[in-house]
Amino acid sequence: MENTEKPRWRLVKTDNPPFWVKPLIPVLALIGTFILTSVLILLADANPFDAYYYFLFAPLENKVSLLEILVKSTPLMITGVAVTYAFATGYYNIGAEGQLYAGAIAATGIGMAMHGIPAIVALPLMIIGGFVAGMVWALIPALLKVKLAVDEVVTTLLMNSIMAYIVSAILNGPWRDPNSGWPQSPDIAPTAVFFKLIPRSRLNFGFVLAIVLILILWIVMTRTSFGLKMRAVGLGKPAAKFAGIKVNRTILTAALISGGIAGIAGVAEVAGIHFHLIGEISPGYGYTGVIIATLGSLNAFGVGLAALFFGLVETGAQTLSRALGVPVYLGEVTQATMLLVALGMLLLQRYKLRRM
Amino acid sequence: MYIVEMQKVTKIFGELVANDHVDFQLRKGEIHALLGENGAGKTTLMRILYGLYQQTTGDIFINGEKVTINSPKDAIRKGVGMVTQHFALVPPMTVAENVVLGYTDSFVLDQAAIEKKVGEAADQFSLDINPKSIVRHLSVGQRQRVEILKALYRNAKVLILDEPTAVLVPQEVDSLFETLNRLRKDGLSVIFISHKLDEVTKITDRVTVLRDGKSIGTVDTVNVTQKQLAAMMVGRDTFGVTRQTEINPDNKKILEVEGLCALDDKGLPALKNLKLSIRSGEILGIAGVGGNGQKELAEILSGVKSPTSGVIKINDKNLVGKDPSEFSKMGMGRIPEDRHEGVVGDLTVYENLALEHLDEYSKNGFLDKQAIRKNAEELIKNFQIKAKPSDKIRTLSGGNMQKVLLARVLSRQPEVVIAPQPTRGLDVGATEYVRQQLLEQRSRGAAVMLISEDLDEILSISDRIVVIYEGEIVGTINAQDATPEKLGLMMSGALREET
Amino acid sequence: MEVFIINLIAATFRVSTPILLAAIGETYSERAGILNLGIEGIMFFGAFIGFIVADKSGSLWMGLLVAILSGVLAGLLMGLLSVSLGVNQHVSGLGITLLLTGLSLFGFRLVYGGRSTPPAIPSFETIRPLGDVPVLGQISDQYLLTYITFLVVIPLAWFILYRTKFGLHIRAVGENPEAVDAAGVNVYYVRYSVLAIGGGLMAAGGAFLSLAQLGAFTHGIIAGRGWVAIAIVIFGNWSPVKVMGGALIFGGTFALQLRLQAMGLQLPIPYETFLALPYVVTIIALVLAGRNASYPAALLKPYRRE
Repeated sequence: MENTEKPRWRLVKTDNPPFWVKPLIPVLALIGTFILTSVLILLADANPFDAYYYFLFAPLENKVSLLEILVKSTPLMITGVAVTYAFATGYYNIGAEGQLYAGAIAATGIGMAMHGIPAIVALPLMIIGGFVAGMVWALIPALLKVKLAVDEVVTTLLMNSIMAYIVSAILNGPWRDPNSGWPQSPDIAPTAVFFKLIPRSRLNFGFVLAIVLILILWIVMTRTSFGLKMRAVGLGKPAAKFAGIKVNRTILTAALISGGIAGIAGVAEVAGIHFHLIGEISPGYGYTGVIIATLGSLNAFGVGLAALFFGLVETGAQTLSRALGVPVYLGEVTQATMLLVALGMLLLQRYKLRRM
Repeated sequence: MYIVEMQKVTKIFGELVANDHVDFQLRKGEIHALLGENGAGKTTLMRILYGLYQQTTGDIFINGEKVTINSPKDAIRKGVGMVTQHFALVPPMTVAENVVLGYTDSFVLDQAAIEKKVGEAADQFSLDINPKSIVRHLSVGQRQRVEILKALYRNAKVLILDEPTAVLVPQEVDSLFETLNRLRKDGLSVIFISHKLDEVTKITDRVTVLRDGKSIGTVDTVNVTQKQLAAMMVGRDTFGVTRQTEINPDNKKILEVEGLCALDDKGLPALKNLKLSIRSGEILGIAGVGGNGQKELAEILSGVKSPTSGVIKINDKNLVGKDPSEFSKMGMGRIPEDRHEGVVGDLTVYENLALEHLDEYSKNGFLDKQAIRKNAEELIKNFQIKAKPSDKIRTLSGGNMQKVLLARVLSRQPEVVIAPQPTRGLDVGATEYVRQQLLEQRSRGAAVMLISEDLDEILSISDRIVVIYEGEIVGTINAQDATPEKLGLMMSGALREET
Repeated sequence: MEVFIINLIAATFRVSTPILLAAIGETYSERAGILNLGIEGIMFFGAFIGFIVADKSGSLWMGLLVAILSGVLAGLLMGLLSVSLGVNQHVSGLGITLLLTGLSLFGFRLVYGGRSTPPAIPSFETIRPLGDVPVLGQISDQYLLTYITFLVVIPLAWFILYRTKFGLHIRAVGENPEAVDAAGVNVYYVRYSVLAIGGGLMAAGGAFLSLAQLGAFTHGIIAGRGWVAIAIVIFGNWSPVKVMGGALIFGGTFALQLRLQAMGLQLPIPYETFLALPYVVTIIALVLAGRNASYPAALLKPYRRE
């Protein structure tokens, strides 16, 4: 729609942003985040530059915190991968949280029954069980979307809430710890525990699992025909349909894989960190997974990097808190700010300023 | 004096001259038709009058006074209202709410009061609508009446209707004409954009014919015959086709379509017992003004839409009910009508080229990247696509995108090629290339279906031409026997032949 | 038994208030086409701001007011992201939830970090307009905020949505923004407005919890009530009165199972079944409506004039 008003600066959509825009984005995002979080750091009576040293650099300097970064990034990598399968296909799975818990329940149940069974059998059994449980929990919203066009954002969110109640019922019922009476399940068998990668640290097999899942994601996305089909459906559904791709089947499969992998995240938390089931096994990893997947641009290595970065930020927040007394929640604020600033920049790159 | 006068209005979009020094006059109380094919400039001219576009040069006068119309709001203030082809209604709300949307002053809406006011307006204009009805429950004809009421409620003295009968069933068309006649007696002036000759001759006082952006002339309806109008619309004395187009009548019929019925996106009938066939080594041109079922026909023959009944046979094998990949396998070469929806923009050229036959390019689920690249390099060379295999398709020009789609299909040597609007939006060079490709397929023995709104295109390469009108084939003719008169009459519904 | 039911009814109103406020806010937002997943974070932020301002200023009403203002700002931020920039609504919403949760916890720890006992303030008192009237008297023992919510906010929300020009615009924008634009109404303005209003209401819901119900601010103060509100909006078919009904049902179920648990009653099925039931019903309702769900048709699609 034209107009005959006086020319002024306007934002115009463009497909060809100037070449210097794309690499500038992460830089601008970091700078923007730094400025915004500095305000908070100043409020905490600390010097932003000192703070950032403790926040982002100190944790990289000692072995204990380095390992902690890897531990913290593990669940984020896995949920990030899970969400990526779904989002890449255009299926907005916000239900990773519930699917994670489904996997955790399966892992606990199987784990508790593995007394006397060697780890080489117990571990794969738990992982497979967790994957299947996550898939099952993802099935209903996926079917509703594909058969009845019911929006998956809402249904997956609702399933999260229902799962929370299921966990509560189980922990307050059949799996309530007989000794303490707390809503906490009995421990899983020692053979079902994810072995530690480095003794006396928290770094365990779960991290290996996470890396493997990232590699598998990369291979699937870039080297398999299914991966190409997923991307085609996500980027151009009408064209994919025209080209003969079975769109509904692709979406359904991606949704189920997504749920299954989120289930594995639950397995990793039970078998690697807590060794029993509690209600707070996930402080929102499923939701953070959405953020990780977005920051990682739905790309396997991006997801890995984003997860490691978030792990760094979480660990660093603790280091900073101990060193300068800045509240540890700066970590969450930094993660969120980073996301919002990056999103804003990513979109601005699609526009350019024109005088018209 | 004229109530609306447009003088030497010119509208240029980039390189396209949509309106070329058009003069148009509307008398008070008349129903005046704007007749022409697609791309003639009718809708553009009216959008200028309604403020959706601004003219590049030229003047507009309303009631003798020169006006500047920068937006629909200005147009409405000057008494001009327009009912577009796609209604701007909010389905879950009532008629009254839709009518007053954007046109009330009070913050508080007294439901009863606005219903009364709208009801009174409806009565005043004798429009049979219940202000309490929810728009979702109304038929298309009723919804159109709501759109008309919206314009009249805002004191429109000039009403522009853009192809109003395109979505109506015959009874509703009669009803609309009754309404227009009544309104005209009350002093309303109507501009009626159409390509349908029988309607134009039935209801209008005068007709202005546009062709290629220019006004060909304005005539009194009583003084002109449909044949004359058709000739003006299509605008040639003869077509002068010189290409030899002998088809061997013993050539087998490869594609046979019978009894094809289908609904459009809104659930209205789009194809009615459509029947046609194409022989090996023949190009069948399907002529017609856009919106007569071409889109649905192309979609059904591509396998992305299901017909409600009918048969599609390639070499006697019925394809109906199968999915798009099976259509391909059975020899249907499909080109999407909208190339931007036919390629996945953010994927690369080589990915798009392989997309239709992924199982051939994968082993055990893994992509055979070498084979895919090789395929891309070959096709780029053979089809002169100006792009690297790793370029993202959305960076390609329209012409090159079309070449990719052609390459994907034609490299498979299909039995049938379905080409809907294949050169729409392409430059001269790309257009030539595409037509050349279709001719080559013909020489190869394929059965080619060219669906186009561009008569020149149809005439330049088709062997045989059929005309589609309101979902049916209304006539068939050999290219060298085609006259503008006959085609024009068929395309505007004034002539029907048994095929 | 009688006492039990009377207590239950009274508790239901009390428990439903915060989620109802948030749900009405979300209703307005979704009616104009925006799914605001920032609801959980905005409620949390409202609870925090309400508490800290009330504590520092000594005035509970001041706390509530500033909380509402902060919610409005949060809503405008969501507007900037999802309306002006067209960011994917799920991601921007979740991002805002993460941001506001982090900010609240950061601020709380900063100000009250050193304490051994968690800070508390005297909370709002309930009023009891029906005094000693049997049955009704006890039920009428509610916070003023609850009265305002049920007797002012809900009717006002209904009235604005269905009986004003503004409400007409909201409903139209959520169904067919193109038609609204064609009618000369500014779509962006409408969407920003509902997000601001919604944010304010959500924050008020959070503040109710910290200022009335608890008199304190804790980590788990919201505990998923934001997601409950989203479910209630769907359950209530995006209509303020039905949303009120939904809030009462969800709230009542919660209050019921609390009381049953407190009584030590052993039921053959776990209490959580009651709690999960409204969610299951919501999903079934969505299935039955299928393609004809009274979804605002333009929900989740950013509007761009081509």
